[in-house]
Amino acid sequence: MIFSPNELSSYLIIGAILFALGLFCVLTRRNAISVLMGVELILNSANVNYVAFSHFGSGNLDGQIYAMFVIMLAAAEAAVGLAIVLAIFQLFHTIDVEAAETLRE
Amino acid sequence: MEISTAVFYLIALITVGSAAVVTFSRNIIYSAFSLLGTFAGVAGLYIFLGADFVAGVQLLIYVGGILVLILFAVMLTHRITDVEITNRAAGRIPALVIVGVFLALLIQTVRETPWVKVKEVAYQPTTAKIGDLFLENYLLPFELASLVLLAAMIGAVVLSRKEIKE
Repeated sequence: MIFSPNELSSYLIIGAILFALGLFCVLTRRNAISVLMGVELILNSANVNYVAFSHFGSGNLDGQIYAMFVIMLAAAEAAVGLAIVLAIFQLFHTIDVEAAETLRE
Repeated sequence: MEISTAVFYLIALITVGSAAVVTFSRNIIYSAFSLLGTFAGVAGLYIFLGADFVAGVQLLIYVGGILVLILFAVMLTHRITDVEITNRAAGRIPALVIVGVFLALLIQTVRETPWVKVKEVAYQPTTAKIGDLFLENYLLPFELASLVLLAAMIGAVVLSRKEIKE
């Protein structure tokens, strides 16, 4: 295997590394905003795979369309997620995800 | 080595290195700004993959939108650096083992699978074709996505406004 821009596997490996880093971030961080950053890394790794398969696979643009939908939903997720983080911060005065475990005021 | 290969190495290094800083930095400001490198690097990978429009969208929405939103959230929640990395519940060591095994499995799978090789890849503009696809085959998901965005916008406004109690 050669790591070069003309190999599908090099893009897949970059995607796998991004996914692993994002997963580690989600698993270990207690700061809610850091957890959201990990989610963004995971979504980006999925997008790299979509576009890579679209380029090296059938040659049509379906993978790029899917990547664009993922970007759209990531924007919606970031807006709502960060609004929730701010609401939690106003209520509990911390954004430690383990401190904010009660679901009532 | 060709110059494009060198640029590819550089972009891959920036992407993965920034993602590592996002994951391992103890300072959330460094993490937030390192996301810039990751997003821009992924946009560079899209350009290598011939997806010019997706690269533009990535820069506009991720770098211009989501990153600014995250930085706003970081600035608005002060005392944010107090929250350190956990070592309770799922601590760093078990998470490292799980993620390491998972990554090794993924990379092994990628290396051993015989991927189909394309003969010749033509780089051509994709914007017009993507626009056609959005208005033909993907019209319903496109409209649904606009509804989702509207709902997310209303939800964010409702969640973040201050309740005025009588």
